[in-house]
This record gives sequence, structure tokens and C-alpha cells, in this order.
Amino acid sequence: MFGYILRRILIMIPTLFLISVISFIALQLPPGDYLTSYAAQLTTTGEYIDQEALDTLRERYGLGQPVYVQYGKWVYGIITRGDFGQSMEWQMPVKNLIGQALGLTVALAVFSLLISWLIAIPMGVYSATHQYSIPDYLMAVFSFLGVGVPAFLWALIIMYFAQTKLGLNVGGLFSQQYLSAPWSWGKVVDLLKHIWIPGLIVAIENTAGDFRTTRANLLDEVNKPYVELARAKGLSEGRLIWKYPVRVALNPFFSTVGWSLANRISSITLMSVVLSLQTTGPLQLRALTSQDMYLAGTILLLLSALTVVGTLVSDILLAWVDPRIRLEA
Amino acid sequence: MKSDQLLLEVKHLKTYFFLDEGTVRAIDGVDFDLWCGQTLGVVGESGCGKSVTARSILRIVPKPGRIVEGEITLHRKCDSNNDHLTEEVKLTKLDPMGATIRSIRGCEIALVPQEPMTSLSPVHTIGNQIMEAILLHQKVDKAEARAKAIEILDWVGFPQPKERVDCYPHQLSGGLRQRAVIAMALSCHPSLLIADEPTTALDVTTEAQILRLMRSLQQELGMAILYITHNLGVVAQMTEDVIVMYMGKVVEEANVDTIFHNPKHPYTQALLRSIPRLGQTTKEKRRLESIRGTVPDPYSIPEGCSFHPRCGKRIAGVCDQQEPPNIQVEPGHKVRCLLYAA
Amino acid sequence: MAVPGQTETDIEQNLVEEEDLQKAGEKVYVAPPWKLMWWRFRKHKMALVCSVLLIVLYFVAIFSEFVAPYDPDQALLQFKQAPPSGIHIRDAQGQFHLPFVYQGTRAMDPQTLQITFIEDSNIRYPIQLFVRGFEYNYLGMWKTDVHLFGLPPEARDKQGVFLLGTDRLGRDMFSRVSYGARLSLSMGMISVFLSLVLGVVLGGISGYYGGTADIIIQRVIEFIRTIPTIPLYMTLSAALPRDWPVERVYFGITMILALVGWTWMARVVRGRFLAMREEDFVLAARLNGSSEMRIILRHMVPSFLSYIIAALTLNIPNMILAETGLSFIGLGLRPPAISWGVLLQEAMNLRSLALSPWVLTPGFAVVISVLAFNFVGDGLRDAADPYAR
Repeated sequence: MFGYILRRILIMIPTLFLISVISFIALQLPPGDYLTSYAAQLTTTGEYIDQEALDTLRERYGLGQPVYVQYGKWVYGIITRGDFGQSMEWQMPVKNLIGQALGLTVALAVFSLLISWLIAIPMGVYSATHQYSIPDYLMAVFSFLGVGVPAFLWALIIMYFAQTKLGLNVGGLFSQQYLSAPWSWGKVVDLLKHIWIPGLIVAIENTAGDFRTTRANLLDEVNKPYVELARAKGLSEGRLIWKYPVRVALNPFFSTVGWSLANRISSITLMSVVLSLQTTGPLQLRALTSQDMYLAGTILLLLSALTVVGTLVSDILLAWVDPRIRLEA
Repeated sequence: MKSDQLLLEVKHLKTYFFLDEGTVRAIDGVDFDLWCGQTLGVVGESGCGKSVTARSILRIVPKPGRIVEGEITLHRKCDSNNDHLTEEVKLTKLDPMGATIRSIRGCEIALVPQEPMTSLSPVHTIGNQIMEAILLHQKVDKAEARAKAIEILDWVGFPQPKERVDCYPHQLSGGLRQRAVIAMALSCHPSLLIADEPTTALDVTTEAQILRLMRSLQQELGMAILYITHNLGVVAQMTEDVIVMYMGKVVEEANVDTIFHNPKHPYTQALLRSIPRLGQTTKEKRRLESIRGTVPDPYSIPEGCSFHPRCGKRIAGVCDQQEPPNIQVEPGHKVRCLLYAA
Repeated sequence: MAVPGQTETDIEQNLVEEEDLQKAGEKVYVAPPWKLMWWRFRKHKMALVCSVLLIVLYFVAIFSEFVAPYDPDQALLQFKQAPPSGIHIRDAQGQFHLPFVYQGTRAMDPQTLQITFIEDSNIRYPIQLFVRGFEYNYLGMWKTDVHLFGLPPEARDKQGVFLLGTDRLGRDMFSRVSYGARLSLSMGMISVFLSLVLGVVLGGISGYYGGTADIIIQRVIEFIRTIPTIPLYMTLSAALPRDWPVERVYFGITMILALVGWTWMARVVRGRFLAMREEDFVLAARLNGSSEMRIILRHMVPSFLSYIIAALTLNIPNMILAETGLSFIGLGLRPPAISWGVLLQEAMNLRSLALSPWVLTPGFAVVISVLAFNFVGDGLRDAADPYAR
């Protein structure tokens, strides 16, 4: 078991390296760099920056150096000092900027995961055991809505209704006073008040999928011989459904935790732009458009790292839950 | 050994499956009696309704099937406390999910199904599953249940029961798994054991061991066995009486000797002819005998006698028109065939 | 050797009658696989309905200029933020006519600043089919000005038939959504086909040959899947220069979607190949002496073709959603290109959204297409699998 985990961790390292390379290259692809778009931006507002100033800045940020040198310095900084570079736009170290954003992204993703499971699994079990009933059809309709309507569209719709019918502004994860304040108990409570709408929105999309998976898996399992024998033993229907086929049908959930989190992070990114949430979404968007490369690159790198960790967690969970895998590992 | 006490009576049982494509008459009027301690074999091809009979008795016929007609009466011998009872319970009248039938399942009537590979839950230990059966029907605590489970495993010849009771099914071989399933079935000392092709999925050596085990257990417990199989060799070894089924009906019933040496129904005769024998000389015959034709499509059962298209002895104008009645040709021997109609 | 129950005549009779049966030869009709698939597909009413819906949508996409009554870029300022036109068939006197709209005047509620249109029930403009409207070039080949429906010439500048209302600049939403269909739906299809090519080739090599090729390709797939899709798409499409013309951007986005999306297809293909390699019918063909090529083409391909078609159909919605999401935040297609995602950018303007919520209609077009593809894909997948109930 321990060896299994160790092997998985060892594979993580080259993967992360490769991702860092890809992120960096992707950011070098657009013509020009942060300074060229910065200069262009300034001219549109009527300001002007002279070539000398530009050159000094370029020197300072190391933008004139060849790509591999810049990359090397960046990676070296990450490994030795945990320094992810400097954000040119925000004029501060990247790690100060993304700490909170990344944390909130993870919190939102995990929160929506828990909501999804809490709703989807009982729904799926009910639907599989009461096929063709009215609640089954209603749940099917709901699941199609979840699959068809993306999170950012829900966000727009909810924003519209909140604004026009309720006069509420549902944007952001914090109220005004906690926005830049340091973390305190009050801030946590404030966050909890704001997190549940975005959490639900992201959850809807995935709940629908989880519900269908549970239902499909359960339908597969429920006709198997071991379920029939349990019934022949005299177990009541309710107990035997939850003890036997549900247990087996839930295995895929554990094995897809990593992928599910990655999916949610995608949905969160788009939704955050709509609702102006303080997650990595709007931050990454802005960094990409202004070619703030260390910021954008780090965000991509760390989001991928999250997925890798998530996959590792799901592998461990699966081994813990399924004796067939545990004993093989 | 067959006693003179009646255990189970099945009368005019009909179980139909209502599918989109039509109605499948899986069991279409089956009658038989089962006595305490008797070993009754149920023989027939795949699809003749043998397994559905077992499931009808236990009331676990899967949807879209259900019992549409008939009566199954169980003369209860004992309940979970091993108190003696003498009540008659009409199994067909019970709520299939109700407490009464559930107290009978696993306790008075137990099932040993076909595939040991898939009959045990892959994520629970065999100990857990056997203990569950014990805890369901007996008033014992967990520790006692565990002790009993180990005892039962030992009794069925399971090697190292104390160490292996916490094993998962996939860690055991097919034969061991089947022993575990048998242990589970016997854990509450049932009066009737329904064995639905328990050795079909096993190799012949293991099969021989399991058969021997079942015979000795039956002698010790005095329980009745309803042995469902398509293997005539096993029938010869294991059973005292046999009923032969075809397309949901019983076509012949007699004791095992009569069936093998004096079969009357053309189907039974054809079945026996199709067994290859050691030392059989071929002479003019180059092929193995087989019953010609195929089992009819369940949605279009032939008119009259359902076997007539494949029967070598059919009487034109009679067998394809009339349904044969069940005729007693000698005491203890019934045939459903128009050849013997008076 | 005496066998119980049998007489000599019985045996002879058996042999003879067996041959009779063979000669009589039960007449059995075997339908070709595609027909079987069609019959199974037909049972899914929902899938059939959605197939028709998709055909309609693609018709709109192909013939957008014909279907749209107005030029999508034309700002009809006098009609800005108009709600969807009320179409009536009964006038104020209770008489029935063909569908028509009333003349309306624009008014603004002074308190809520909501814009309303007050209908004048005296003046009617009938909606006509095959009306002459703005001129367009079809496929750069011929000029025409016929449109599917519209108002007669006397209504020009006085009233319009805006099935989905107008936006902040007075542009007809229905026309814009119709034009948007072209880019959104086509990109979905094209990127899926590109990913299919990549996926089948790489997945096929991986599944069929196994070994090191398989391991390498598997690692690559896993690696690509490790990066969350939207952030990845965002990063890659930010690499497309801002000054590229619309066609190049379209091509670029399509390539990006395909370069990431092939992994899904490759996995499906590889899975099928792996499963099929072990199938008995492949072994049987090999034992018969068939060449590898023949095995692949004649035996394996028909088996997984139906799965591939189902997988394709199920993946198109993902591509449509991806493009819509990207364009929506500004990193996909950009104006003046019109796709549903680009149109939704308008909805981000809270004021515009509050005053004219029908700017969300491109979103619903996306939802409808996605759901339609899902239903059809489900139907195809069920039809393709001969063992499903």
C-alpha cells in the first residue's frame, strides 16, 4: 500500500515539470510580451512611455533574455525559494496574489463536490430502484437540465433574477468590508454566506452527471447474482440495496474524484468571470490578456498540480474502499 | 431419505414474464409435491423454466415476471428458534417483500445458486456475509454469530475456517467459494435446500467433491433438496425422484430408476439417448444423437403439445391440436403425453 | 447397444427427418447491421425528435442569410432593446388573419427606465414568407435578397418583426442567433472530426499494437487530461494574436479544441480495440487465415463504427460548450465574428441584461443544441450496442 502511494507520488514529479514547460511555452507564443501590450495600452489612453523606460523595465523583468533562461530562472525560483515570479501588472510576487485565489477555488470545488454527492447518490439510488415512476421522470428531466445548461449560463440567469426581482447583487465571495481584510472568523462566516450560490451552481452541472452515473451503475449491479442471493437470504429490500449494489456502484465515484475536481475547476473559472468571484478565473483571464506571464503560468501550473493531487487522492480512496484493488496494490 | 411428511406442495403454478415483445410463459402449469428429506431432481434444457420455479417458490421472481396463477403451500417445520411448528403457509399469498416470506427465506428454505463467482458480494468478507444470514434469523449476538459462521465453514469442509473467515471472495477458488455459499445457505438448518445448478460452473473434480458434500450434509440434517440441473449424470448420482420439464411444463415425473430405465415421454427418451456413453460402438451411426430441431421461440409456442415439432412419435392431427393431459401410467410415474391417453 | 426407450424405426426416422428439416430450410431473414441499428434507434422517440431538431438547426446554420429577416450587424436604433414582437392572429375586432404585428411606439417608463412598446391596434403589418429584404451574397456565388419571412416594404422604419427582441444597439436577436448558429455549430462538428482523425489513428495504434507505442500514447493522454480544460484552452487561445482575421482565429480555435479533445476519442477507440482483440470472432477470423488488414477492415471496423458514431455525437456538445465559454470571456472568437458565445458577451453587461433579458437567448440556443446532441447520441449508443436492453 505504501509502495503504491510512493510510486504514484514519484510519477507526479515529472508530470508537474512537463506542465510547467508547457505553461511557459504557451505564454511565450503570443507575439510581444507584457511590456508591448502595456505600452500599447498606454497609448490608447493617451499616455506615452519612451523607449528608454521600456528598455529599463525589460531589463528589470528579464524579458529580453532567451526563453530557456527565463524558464530556468523561474523553475529554480520555484524549487529553491517557493518563489513563483513577479506579477508585472500587480507589481507584487505571484505567490501573494494567488494564495487566496487558489484556496477559494479549491474550497468552492470541494464544497460543490460534497453537495453533488449528497444529492446525486440518494437520487440515483431512488431512480434506479423505482424505474419509470413519476419521480424518476422528474429526476431525469432535472438531470438533462444539469447537463445541458453550463454553469456560467446559470450564473447569468441567477444574476438576472437576483438583480431585477430581488435587487440583490450576487457577485463576489465577500462583502465589501472583508474584501481585502486579513482572515478572521468574521471573514469565514462572510465567505460561507456567499459561497453557497456559486457552490450550488457548479454542483448542479455535476450533480446531473453523478446522478446518471449512480443510476446507470446501480442498474448494472442490481440484477447481479449476489444481490439476488442476498434477497434469498431474507434481507429486506432497502437494506440489501444499500449494503450490496450501492457499495459496488459507488466505486467509480471514488476513482473519479480527481477528474471531477478538474472538471469543476473548469466550470468555476468561467462562472467566476460572470460573478466576479475572487478565484483564479478572473485572475487568469486578466493575466492572459495582459501577458503577465509568470502569473498566468503559475496559475495553470498550480491548477494542474491540484488535479494531480486530486488524482492521487482518488487512487488512494479507491484502494481503501475496494478490497480487490487494495489487496493487489 | 424421503419421509412421509409433506413439505412443499406446488399446484398449477404459472409464472409469466410480461415483456414489450410479448408474454413469456416461463412456467405454464406445474404441479409437484416435495416431501421432507426427499431429494427431488428437476431436469430440462436451458429456458424450460427450472430456475424460475426455484425463484417462484422463494418469491424472488424478478420483474417483469410474476406468478399469475397457482398455489405453493409450505408446511413449516421450524422457525428461527428451532421451535417446532406445524403451520401451513401459502407462499403465493404472501407479500414478496413482507416479513413472513423473509423469515422463511434463508431460514426454512435456502438457495444455493449457480455461479459462486458472482453470488458473493466482492466487497464484503465471506464471514460478514455468512454472519448476516445468521444474525437475520437467529437471536444471537455478533460474537456468537461469528463463532457459528466458523463452525459452519468447518462443517462444509472449508480449510482453515478461523483464518479464512475474513477473506474476500476473490481470494478463494471456485470450489471454496461454492462451499462458502453452501455454508451460508445451511447456516440456519433449513428444511429445504434449493440447489440451482450448483456445480455447473465448477470443474468435474470440484463438482464431485461438492456433490459428495451435499449428500453427506443432507443425511446429517435430514433436509429436503430440490436439485435443479440439466446434467443427467448428476441426477443419477444425487436424486431419488425426478421431474422432467419442457417449455414450462412437467412432462414426466417418476423415481430416478424409472426415469433412466423406463422413460415414457419422447422428450425424456430423447434426452437419455443423447448422452454419449463409454464403450458405445458406432456401427452405422456416425453422429451423436441429438434432439432435432431447436427449442421454440418463447413468444410463439407451438399449438397442442409444445414438444410435437421435435417429437419422433407424434401423431398427426392429434399432437398438434390437443394439449396432452398428465397421465399416471403406473403408481408414482406420470407422463404428459397423448401416446398414453386411453 | 440397447438404449432405453428407442426402437430401430425411431432411429431411422430421426435421421431421415433431420435431413428433411435441413432441406426445407427455415426461411430466415437477416437484416444488415445498419438496418438493425436504425430499427433500434427508431424506438427512441426522444432521439428521433431531437434528430429532426438538429436538422432544423443545421438548416438555419447553413442558410442563415435566408432565415434571418434582418442584417445581424445593422443597428436599428429606433428599435433598440425592443422586446420580442407580439405576433397576433386575431385583431382587436376579433377577426382572424394570417399572423401579423401591430404598429408600435416606443415609450420609456420614467421610474424603472424600462422600455415598453405600446401597440397601436389599428395598423397591422402582416408577416409574409419569402419576402425581399437586405441583400446578401450566398457563398459568394449569387446575390439575392429573398428571406424566409419578414414584413412588407411599407413597414420599413416603422415596425419590425423581432422574434427574439433586439439588443442594446437595436440589432435583431433572432437574426444574430441564426448567424451565430453557423459558427457555433460548424465549429462543434469540425473540431470533433479533427479530434476523431487524431483519436482514431493514435487510439488505434495504441489499442491494436500495444507495447511501447501504447505506453507512450497513454502517458501523453493522461498528461493532457491532467490540466483542467478551460484554463488550458484559455492559455492556448491567448496565444492567438489579437490582430488575426476572423477566419484565422476560427481555424486556430478549432485546432486548439481538437488538439485537446482527441484524447477523449483516443481513449474510446483504444478501449474498443482492446476489447475486440480478445473477442472470439477476431480469433476465429485469424484461425481461418484472414490477413490482418482483412480482419481490421471487415471484422473490427464495423463493430466499432457504431460506437464511434455515438461517441462523436456525444462529444460535439462538449466542443460547442467549450467554444461558447471561451468566446464568452473574450478568448475565443471575437467580434465581428458572430457565434453564440460572442453574442453572450452582451449579457455580461448587467444593465443591458436587466433591461433586455432576451440577450440571453443565444445561451438557450446552446442549451437546446447540447441537449439535442445528447439525446441523439444516447439513442445512437443504445442502438449501437446489441446487448443493451
